[in-house]
Amino acid sequence: MKYGMVIDTLKCVGCSDCVVACQTENNVPIGYCRDWVTESVNGAYPQIEMELKTERCNHCENAPCVRCCPTGASHIIEGGIVLVTPNECIGCGACIESCPYDARYQHPGGYVDKCTFCHHRLEKGQLPACVSVCPTHCMYFGDLDDPTSQVSQLLKSRKHKVLAPEAGTKPNIFYLVK
Amino acid sequence: MQEEIFISGREIPKIDPYLEIWHFPIALYLFLGGLAAGILFFAALFTALDKDKQVPAVVKYAMIIVPVALSIGLMALFYDLTHKLYFWQLYTTIRLESPMSWGAWVLLIITPLSFLWVFSYFSEIFPKWKLPFPFLEKFETYLAKNRKNMAFMILPLSIILGIYTGILLSAFNARPLWNNSILGPLFLTSGLSTGAAAILLLSKTHFEKSLFTKIDLGLIIIELALIVHMIMGMYAGSAVQLEALDILIGGEYTVLFFGFVIILGLLIPAFLETIEIFGYKVPVIIPSMLVLLGGLMFRVIMVEAGQITRYLY
Repeated sequence: MKYGMVIDTLKCVGCSDCVVACQTENNVPIGYCRDWVTESVNGAYPQIEMELKTERCNHCENAPCVRCCPTGASHIIEGGIVLVTPNECIGCGACIESCPYDARYQHPGGYVDKCTFCHHRLEKGQLPACVSVCPTHCMYFGDLDDPTSQVSQLLKSRKHKVLAPEAGTKPNIFYLVK
Repeated sequence: MQEEIFISGREIPKIDPYLEIWHFPIALYLFLGGLAAGILFFAALFTALDKDKQVPAVVKYAMIIVPVALSIGLMALFYDLTHKLYFWQLYTTIRLESPMSWGAWVLLIITPLSFLWVFSYFSEIFPKWKLPFPFLEKFETYLAKNRKNMAFMILPLSIILGIYTGILLSAFNARPLWNNSILGPLFLTSGLSTGAAAILLLSKTHFEKSLFTKIDLGLIIIELALIVHMIMGMYAGSAVQLEALDILIGGEYTVLFFGFVIILGLLIPAFLETIEIFGYKVPVIIPSMLVLLGGLMFRVIMVEAGQITRYLY
């Protein structure tokens, strides 16, 4: 069992619904976010390409945040989800420094917070909040270990990329680019 | 080709537009930890070699700095934690993969040891003061007898304390400026050098002065070589490392790095210590204060500059 997310950059319109859904679902304090939307424009007129994508914690297989955590508050649970236990976190900031995606932040409560893949919803058989609200259905979520799952099928048939593969983190969020 | 990246809906305090989680308190701790490690190493080394009678400035006077420096350093670290009341969670586990965990455990052992060491010299440092209780006097004689055992414990721990601050930063592969394996030995050498400079400042006999001038000069030369090594390594590195190196060479921190660290902190003290060895009289305070200033500035620059380097994707 390995949870993964596949995001179709050709379908994303950058509406930020995923961001708002996450903030509402997870009571993210105002001014903070666990996911966000990036927009990159390449080329010179008239050959211009724009790529929109929603980003969050990549739930890396080789997670540097888990490696650097001095107390074990950052840990990986069944399914490959990287989580932080607030009562074990001392707020040293080592995991924030170690994340190439800047996906973690210090919660006003002192501990470090980040995307959880909505594991409280997964337990109930629901999809992560961001995936469930996406109006263009550009986000897919499922088991990467299962070759018949929708995410595995998409990765088999479409050209995809991960963010900063050179950082060696083995991310579990994939972006379809063609 | 032009590229523009916009990030919408994201302006997280201390993270955007660039990371600023660690600041002066961390740099101060890295400096004080290195300084303490340097003094501890020399005190333990000379005691283990039975030469402690020849170097009173090291084993007695400079060692007073250590518990003070470690206490201030630990307070700075505690101040920087954002979930302070849970700090004891550090001591519920030993995580070999996390340099911060080794550091926490080493500090837990070495800080009380440094207090005990100073206490074992109490009546020699303050000959006019009497300890109030007889059992304290007994404890002091007991400690003084076991000083060599303490030295054997401190020797490896001081090296770990000195090197872990560098390994701590180099373990963050997301910050390319820090992510080079020479940083551990470099911080250790810099720590030993600042330790030797502090000892030099407090030494009274000619023997100690000339010995620690030579030791400090040697360490400065090693440190310069390691800095060249670091720059060469990054210069031959990947795109992110080249970008990180630009900050030190031809970027925001170039003037600070070359001015305070290389010139004021290393080259000038090295020159002054060399002419001192050849018989010119140089007031000892100038090279030693410059080395200490250079050591502090090196930590500040590395901590601040490291956080603006990152992977671009």
